[in-house]
Amino acid sequence: MTKDVKNLKQFSKSAEKFEGANLLCPGCAHGMIIREVLNSVDGHILIGNSTGCIEVSTAVYPYTSWDVPWIHIGFENGSTAVAGAEAMYKALKRKGKYQGEKPRFVAFGGDGATYDIGFQWISGCFERGHDFTYVCFDNEVYANTGGQRSGSTPLGSSTSTTPAGRVSYGKKEKKKDLLAIMAAHGSPYVAQVAPNKWKDMNKKIKTALDTEGPTFINALSACTTEWRFDCNNTVEMMDLAVDSLVFPLYEIVNGHELRITYRPKNIIPVRDYLGVQGRFKHLFKPENEHIIEQIQKDVDKKWEMLQKREEAGV
Amino acid sequence: MASKYELSKIEVWDGNMAASHALRQAQIDVVAAYPITPSTPIVQNYGKFLSDGYIDGEFVMVESEHAAMSACVGAAAAGGRVATATSSQGFALMIEVMYQASGMRVPIVLNLVNRALAAPLNVNGDHSDMYLSRDCGWINLCTYNPQEAYDFNLMAFRISEDMRVRIPTIVNQDGFICSHTAQNVQPLSDDEAYAFVGEYKTKNALLDFSKPATYGAQTEEDWHFEHKAQLHHDLMNSVGVIEEVFEEFAKLTGRKYSLVESYDMSDAEVAIVALGTTVESARVAAKSAREKGIRAGVVSIRSLRPFPYKQVAEALQNCKAVAMLDRSLPAGAMGMLFNEVGVALLQNAQNKAILSNYIYGLGGRDMTQEALLNIYHELNENAKAGKLTHETQQFVGLRGKKMAFN
Repeated sequence: MTKDVKNLKQFSKSAEKFEGANLLCPGCAHGMIIREVLNSVDGHILIGNSTGCIEVSTAVYPYTSWDVPWIHIGFENGSTAVAGAEAMYKALKRKGKYQGEKPRFVAFGGDGATYDIGFQWISGCFERGHDFTYVCFDNEVYANTGGQRSGSTPLGSSTSTTPAGRVSYGKKEKKKDLLAIMAAHGSPYVAQVAPNKWKDMNKKIKTALDTEGPTFINALSACTTEWRFDCNNTVEMMDLAVDSLVFPLYEIVNGHELRITYRPKNIIPVRDYLGVQGRFKHLFKPENEHIIEQIQKDVDKKWEMLQKREEAGV
Repeated sequence: MASKYELSKIEVWDGNMAASHALRQAQIDVVAAYPITPSTPIVQNYGKFLSDGYIDGEFVMVESEHAAMSACVGAAAAGGRVATATSSQGFALMIEVMYQASGMRVPIVLNLVNRALAAPLNVNGDHSDMYLSRDCGWINLCTYNPQEAYDFNLMAFRISEDMRVRIPTIVNQDGFICSHTAQNVQPLSDDEAYAFVGEYKTKNALLDFSKPATYGAQTEEDWHFEHKAQLHHDLMNSVGVIEEVFEEFAKLTGRKYSLVESYDMSDAEVAIVALGTTVESARVAAKSAREKGIRAGVVSIRSLRPFPYKQVAEALQNCKAVAMLDRSLPAGAMGMLFNEVGVALLQNAQNKAILSNYIYGLGGRDMTQEALLNIYHELNENAKAGKLTHETQQFVGLRGKKMAFN
């Protein structure tokens, strides 16, 4: 299924379906993820996009950055828009009114549209088994509306609605484990990817797009604006995320077969990842140091769990 | 290939069944829906048609009405015929996407089986959801009985999919009174019906990969107004297409509809303006009122949007007193019909009719012949006195203390 993954040379020669002319912030990882999805496979792709950074930066009338069919309805229903298009494809195909090759259907959404407001719609689409791939741009914050907390925002992060202050260390709750939830829907394929691990990402996206049924990709997307780091450090930031295991790379097949796809040679402490971002700066005050310890413990525990599940094959 | 359904010349259908058959005959490509009383049977009948091989399209039973309309918009943009049905709270949940559908100009047909809006929760019929649909940019048609629920569904596809229009359409019918009451319906055969509705023509389809389309773009102050104004312009101008389709349908079936329909209005001095099943009740009451010497008539409106101001004013031009019957809580104002029809009459300087507003039938409360006759009596008093002899707005059939407002 994944043997014919494109190499870098082939990838760079793929048709450009996403224009460089867009309004994304300098250093935004969203653009990398989109190009990855559109270029990982050849053939037709139809996109449904939830409201968010991508929607407002790539489809501002009278311009569009998309050279593929693309639809945006609302914040919550990128998944269902694509489900509707996929249903129409099936109907027209059966009636002989659609003659071309089978398209791939993809829904894009940020973590707000995915973890929170759009979750019901995604869950419904997965339960009904639409043949599509949902890709979440996970920058762990409502970046488009000015940096409010989301269900994906990690513990201790200072956001505009959970600001660190004299008596607060920032967000009190941990990040929702969305991959586990999506796998629990019985999806044939779910995976976490990060754009710095290009080959791994390429392979997983292709697998998701080639797998029949509803598949899910959670893509780490470092946000220069809300994580507060220099815009030329995006890839480095994601290196730190995966090498500290804050964002482990793994996949779950058929709802339960878990495979870790990247094991860092040198696992770095989470401090090294947190320390270079403005959103975690306050955690290095003496009174907040225990939150860093807590995050480290959580990361260790999750890594242990992932390894045990992989070994046990459950 | 879906099998044909053998229909008799006369079928005994309720409004829901009539709508279901019309949707089946239009050979819709995608129906996405979620059940809610009293529109549920439309979806259930459709499911049964599918199970028995009478439908060839996709039937997506989604997890909410918001998702139903979301899937409808995605499917319609993909390039095919789409329909759904809902009522009340479900429609309220759909509202966000209703604006998206009209803004993106995708021709969807929605059967809105009219029902009250909570709180308090109530499953019975009134026009609260119909009135909630006023500004969402859809063509909005009103039916009074199962035959019309059938006829208007077929016509709705023609109107919506017309390249001069490309605006989605709501077909309203009264919850339970129409949706669950069986009457004789004269259907067209499957072939005749499909020949009337015609093949769907795609435009800027998402599934046309040779010409990728972008749907649902963002605009700011530089373009938003133009887009909305264009929708309004085309909605206002859809009157011509609606009348053409009415005309063609009349040639086919002998059933002639108009944007505004008058009953006994040629010499009427007093008139009731109403929507939905109450129109038929009012016609019966007008007959009784005439037996008592009151020159009574009824004016009913088929097209809530686009609103036929000119035709309403013409129909009422010789009246001395007119009552607008609204079946929805006006919540701090006069009822919608009072406002719309009143403005239509104001535009004609010759018009001196005395206007009143009756609020009735909320949450399924009956509108009786006695109450309608009483309204005609009050109108007659107003006509004779040449002025309003009571408060402008009255609540009909309300228990407890009388409610009336100026």
